[in-house]
Amino acid sequence: MSIDAREVRRIAALARLEIADDAVERVAGQLSSVLEFAATLDELDLEGCEPTAFAPPGAPLRPDEPDGRRLDPEDALAGAPEVRDGHFVVPPIVENVNP
Amino acid sequence: MTATGDPWRDSAAAIATRVRAGTLDPVDAVESGWDGPARRWERDVHAVVHSDAESRHTAAVAASERRDGPLAGVPVLVKDNLCTTDYPTTCGSRILAGWHSPYDATVIRRLRAAGAVVVGKSNMDEFAMGSSTEFSCYGPTRNPHDLARVPGGSSGGSAAAVAYGLVPAALGSDTGGSVRQPAAFCGVYGLKPTYGRLSRYGLVAFGSSLDQVGIFARHAGDVALLYAALAGPDPFDATMRENAPPDVTGWDAGVRGLRLGWPANLWARGVDEAIVAGLERAAAALERAGATRVPLDFLPGEYGVAAYYLVATAEASSNLARFDGVRYGHRAAGAADVNALYTRSRSEGFGPEVQRRILLGTYALSSGYYDEYYLKAQRARTRIRREYAAAFERCDVMLMPVAPTTAFRLGEKTDDPLAMYLSDVFTIGANLAGLPGLSVPMGLSPERLPVAAQLLAPADGEPALLRAARAIEAEGDTAKLPRGSEREVAWPGSR
Repeated sequence: MSIDAREVRRIAALARLEIADDAVERVAGQLSSVLEFAATLDELDLEGCEPTAFAPPGAPLRPDEPDGRRLDPEDALAGAPEVRDGHFVVPPIVENVNP
Repeated sequence: MTATGDPWRDSAAAIATRVRAGTLDPVDAVESGWDGPARRWERDVHAVVHSDAESRHTAAVAASERRDGPLAGVPVLVKDNLCTTDYPTTCGSRILAGWHSPYDATVIRRLRAAGAVVVGKSNMDEFAMGSSTEFSCYGPTRNPHDLARVPGGSSGGSAAAVAYGLVPAALGSDTGGSVRQPAAFCGVYGLKPTYGRLSRYGLVAFGSSLDQVGIFARHAGDVALLYAALAGPDPFDATMRENAPPDVTGWDAGVRGLRLGWPANLWARGVDEAIVAGLERAAAALERAGATRVPLDFLPGEYGVAAYYLVATAEASSNLARFDGVRYGHRAAGAADVNALYTRSRSEGFGPEVQRRILLGTYALSSGYYDEYYLKAQRARTRIRREYAAAFERCDVMLMPVAPTTAFRLGEKTDDPLAMYLSDVFTIGANLAGLPGLSVPMGLSPERLPVAAQLLAPADGEPALLRAARAIEAEGDTAKLPRGSEREVAWPGSR
């Protein structure tokens, strides 16, 4: 399976990444070579193989229980690039229709 | 283990014993590595990305007031993707530049609770994506055995620091071989534990079904010491096994009766001669110690690589969606709307390999390709798991290479992602199947580069791995100091 420049741009948009125009062809080639290699999986007999989502199967997940430890909201927000009044700041999401 | 005059040359076990006995101050144990080997090596090797004398001193003084615990006063360097409150946690990425975690990872808490001194953060491939530690925003780490060569990756900083003597032990993370392969390239021990045995709370996620925290040391016994201090249930990590971890205190109990799996078809071609010779020597050492060799025919590793680079990238594309310029780290300036903020922050913050893997994972998960790639890879994973299960009905421990080659040169594979990915051909299987694996030093190649062998075991087989590693160590194949350190080549206390 090979990927062309248009496909790279489509995936990049989905992934919220911007690929420079002069890099698109190179990235397309690199992704294609990995996907072509991934086609070796077609040689494997997968009859009766259900998907494994994580290892080790059979180890039960613990029940979700709240823990006593607390994280102060101020500490939790301290690593954010822009914070105001205990909230993350982002550019406007909806335009102001009533200025 | 014998103690020497310079604490930096001692094993973690020897340091802890001396600190508890009151004959060594943790401050000296910590600074010995920085005053001695770091002056000789660190500028060239560049293993450390965050550390400072004041924080080290504060942590060492705290340990000096306690002087207890199995790791009393032992300096430990940790990979830059493990959350620490005293140093930045940046995953070798511009997107997390300067970010400080508000909490310690569980393994960091356990290190500190056991008396260890966390001395800083080690260099890594960005977000642990790479096999050479060249994809770091801080620049590459170099192999102390040959500065023109890579230390392996992605935990290359931790491996190199343990190899040149900065610290007796370090932590890394292993998603597809990122502890075992750098341990092999740098000539130290590197354990990837069973999935679900070391907590990942506070390990920045890459491939959640594959990631494990791992341990580097220069002695098999020190790996056991750290494993015992770190393993065990953690309510903060939902993927932990809930029963008690296996007891590794018998790491020196020998291998009499051990069945050693020998899948020679895997190295029939494409593996360096020195590495094949190392495998022969490892098997011979184990046989002399009472193990029996069981020839096996095993599924070639290429299928694992194919499955891995679909599963791991799919999980990475999802895990790394959280880095959006809003909640952590880097934010692009002047974005007019939220989508532009996300896209520009991510494009400026992530390096080329991380972007490549996010794209690949996004593609594998995208509508129309999901069944063809992601689902097929997950089914292949089941097949691979069964292969291991069948092999471990016939043997207790399997021996195979860690990587097909010794350390490669800087720049050799950075522009060829597939070639880089194929250097993980022998390590990926353990991650896909959730099994423990241990990289064991097997001396030096004719070019004087470290050679290694990999021991694999069924889930919770850490005790058998450590007994086998110790048997090989006792037979004379030990971790080696890099050239130019001094005249002596073996680390003291190994035999």
